Amino acid sequence: MSENKIEIRNLHKAFGKKVVLDGIDLDIRQGESLVVIGGSGTGKSVLIKCIQGLLTPDDGSILVDGEEVVGINEEQKERLHSKMGMLFQGGALFDSLSVWENVAFDLLENKGYNKKTAKNEAIRVLRQVGLAPDVADLSPSELSGGMQKRVGLARAIASRPEIIFFDEPTTGLDPIMSDVINDLIIESVKGLGATALTITHDMASARKIADRIAMLYQGKIIWQGTVKEMDKTTNEYVQQFIHGCSQGPIKVEI
Amino acid sequence: MILNNIQKYLRRQGKPLVTFISRLGEFSIFVAQAVYNSLTPPFYMRNLWRQVADIGFYSLPVVGLTTIFAGMVIALQSYSGFARFGAESAVASVVLISVTRELAPVLSALMVAGRIGAAMAAEIGTMRVTEQIDALTTLSTNPFKYLVTPRIWAGLIVMPLLVLIGDVIGIFGGYVVGVYKLGFNPANYVNATLQELQAIDITTGVVKAAVFGFIISIMGCYNGYKSKGGAQGVGTATTNAVVSASILILIFNYVITELFFSK
Repeated sequence: MSENKIEIRNLHKAFGKKVVLDGIDLDIRQGESLVVIGGSGTGKSVLIKCIQGLLTPDDGSILVDGEEVVGINEEQKERLHSKMGMLFQGGALFDSLSVWENVAFDLLENKGYNKKTAKNEAIRVLRQVGLAPDVADLSPSELSGGMQKRVGLARAIASRPEIIFFDEPTTGLDPIMSDVINDLIIESVKGLGATALTITHDMASARKIADRIAMLYQGKIIWQGTVKEMDKTTNEYVQQFIHGCSQGPIKVEI
Repeated sequence: MILNNIQKYLRRQGKPLVTFISRLGEFSIFVAQAVYNSLTPPFYMRNLWRQVADIGFYSLPVVGLTTIFAGMVIALQSYSGFARFGAESAVASVVLISVTRELAPVLSALMVAGRIGAAMAAEIGTMRVTEQIDALTTLSTNPFKYLVTPRIWAGLIVMPLLVLIGDVIGIFGGYVVGVYKLGFNPANYVNATLQELQAIDITTGVVKAAVFGFIISIMGCYNGYKSKGGAQGVGTATTNAVVSASILILIFNYVITELFFSK
């Protein structure tokens, strides 16, 4: 029994001629919170989508709980997804459903909860992310960006997943709201004892929620370590990224 | 040098063909997946009823208006041709046959394609570009079964019903013009209609309607599902859904007619 929740080996993915992931090796331990940092368009989202089976990699292997994810059929995928939750960058809330139906979606559609229990459970989770019960009956489009993020978080944790993915959880939020979301992420991940994989380029957020940080550059993991190690590293790429300098080894394509 | 140019030329000429074939392949896979998922559980009945209401109930006014005017204009047009001999029975049967075989199914389908095909492509397309479809997958829900299957079943069930209603309304339109404008005897007109009524006319119309319903739903879902690139992508998907569904409806209208009536 390995203590790695997720093991990624030699992962490759290209779109046409554009190579996005070029041999990723990455381990995520049981119960840890790993943050992958990297510039825009470096394939962070592609990495998450490969792990979830939303995209099929060209080559390589991904083990979740020691079981191969690459090339599994629809049924196995559904089983895989039942232990995963995801907070999408734009929230990705279903706008045809009310807030509570969004949060309780998995419970209602797949877990056979009846309406009343599902709604009570949704309200409980909403309260957990700091939302009052009266937002439950609103439609997602009536909420502010920060509230949508909270509902997205509530939906991600409602079915008590073992692994939670966060896709740029603080992008588009003001610094204070970002910090509130960071706190909620830490709370919910610890509360569930879940393993978390976050992708972001918000360094303040990364420092706060990460047990460990890995940096993605040109399709490879070029550095990984704790936040303390990150501040001391002599790796020029990491230094340039965390300090946000335009000068350095990373060239921005304009 | 020359060889290089020839190669370049061929590549340029061949690209649309390759694109076309790969699109066709993508579409075929989509249809196969849609059909397979429509026949295997789980079924999301709540979504099905919502679609039935959307496609069926809310299309009634549009279908009613389309078919009543179609029936009226056919009565008017055919009268000028048959005015002098047995006009009642000739006009009544022309209205009956053209409405049930052609006008009700084709015109209703074209109107519904504009109304519903566009709405499907826009809704599913927006769900695609805002990652809601990915979200469905991560919530252990097959997006085909949740989004595509209910729409396909709704199209298949509802279009024949709409066309049956359209048949009645269209024939009534012909009756109104025949009796109140052209001065036919109402009893004779109704008799002529009932005498001419044959099962085959209704059946072909209903078969056409089911096929058209499938076409509308599948084109709406396919174009929405594959849309990319934000608002503009969704706009393109919507246009493509309506245009491709309309053209396919006209093509299949001919094919089905050929199957039923060519000797």
